[in-house]
Amino acid sequence: MSGLLVLLRRDLAQMFGGGRRGGAVLPVLFFVATAMLFPFAVGPDPVLLARAGGGIVWVAALLAAILPLDRLLAPDLEQGFFDQFAVRGIAEEAVVAVRLLAHWLSFGPPLMLAALPAAALLGLHADTLRTVEWGLLAGTPGLAAIGLIIAALTVSLRAGAALAGLLLIPLAVPLLIFGAGALSTGGQSGVALTAAISLLLCAITPFAGGAAIRAAREG
Amino acid sequence: MEGFCLSVKDLACQRGDRLLFRGLSFELSGGEALQIAGPNGTGKSSLLRIVAGLLRPFAGTVERGGGIGLVNERLALDEHLPLGKALDFWGRIDSPAAATPNLDLDDLLDVPVQFLSTGQRKRAALTRLVRQAAPIWLLDEPLNGLDIDAARACEALVAEHCARGGIALIASHQPFALPSMRTLHLADFALPLPGGEGIEGWGSAAAPRVSAGVGAPPPNPPPQGGGL
Repeated sequence: MSGLLVLLRRDLAQMFGGGRRGGAVLPVLFFVATAMLFPFAVGPDPVLLARAGGGIVWVAALLAAILPLDRLLAPDLEQGFFDQFAVRGIAEEAVVAVRLLAHWLSFGPPLMLAALPAAALLGLHADTLRTVEWGLLAGTPGLAAIGLIIAALTVSLRAGAALAGLLLIPLAVPLLIFGAGALSTGGQSGVALTAAISLLLCAITPFAGGAAIRAAREG
Repeated sequence: MEGFCLSVKDLACQRGDRLLFRGLSFELSGGEALQIAGPNGTGKSSLLRIVAGLLRPFAGTVERGGGIGLVNERLALDEHLPLGKALDFWGRIDSPAAATPNLDLDDLLDVPVQFLSTGQRKRAALTRLVRQAAPIWLLDEPLNGLDIDAARACEALVAEHCARGGIALIASHQPFALPSMRTLHLADFALPLPGGEGIEGWGSAAAPRVSAGVGAPPPNPPPQGGGL
């Protein structure tokens, strides 16, 4: 157990400390920048922006989830961390589970905070913002899990980063449909379904990711 | 550290389309060291990765009676961290109180890992290995990049490890000075090609050294691989 805490500390230090994983700041800035672009593109019509704003926040969150993918696992595999974990009997599944927690902590809560200025830029109503925030809380673990699975599957590919972005978008569509759909139905059922998808994805991520890393090491 | 063992039976290794070696067996018990020698591309690193459990063998079994410590070309230290902190990460995972070997790294503990030279990196990896306190050491080209003093220190570390009952498996094409160490020529276990020549690239001089441990060539040997 203490070993897992040591792993978590290293993961968090790398994600928040501006280490080689680029930090948690970059996806957040990208998220706000994407939300900021829409008023410029569609014009400053408050009615239109308030109606489309919730969906825009969701699309921005999904695009921001692509940014950290190539640095999630590939550097550790290249530098031999997974070799050293393996000879010490630390399962890849455990490493991936810890990485999922660290990745979500560096991605979900900052994004929920950044949704506040984004909502202000788009002129969202308070109740829309509330639904968006609940939706993000339910959906970002799923986005983090999809990202980690894809990062594990493309870890040994040369063009992995570009492919990872392309793979994430279709896989995240269910989260988007229910998460953003909760905005139009106004409620809890959409958020609950988003949370259910997220839980399922988080449950399979350690096993899918661990198997993918072992397969990559054989190659 | 008594009662550790490492046993390899009838091992074969395939990389891509090529069978690198086959019929490889050896047994090491506490205090013994074995050098795996052979030209580039004969499968020394692959053998070590199989023994470490990182690579599935094409055939055969490996039994490990003890924990594994591995030093290979991958340093597994965070490049942007100072060396001391990067080593402390593994220290917290392995055993915080472990003794640090004398490899002249004290002046470098504040230097970020990315600025270390090849030899300094190797010394850092050896430090991590010693502090892991694993009974079975797997060393892949441990002397690469080390100067003469550091190479002697590395040999002394392995000698001390074996004196305390540990096992060392050393893959190296360089001579490694260690009393009572056996040497295994991996090229002897390479697959003889149909013409009776050695594997393309290291010439016919190596071909006659096929040992008794290797049986007749299989009925359908793989096509002559380029790779070397």
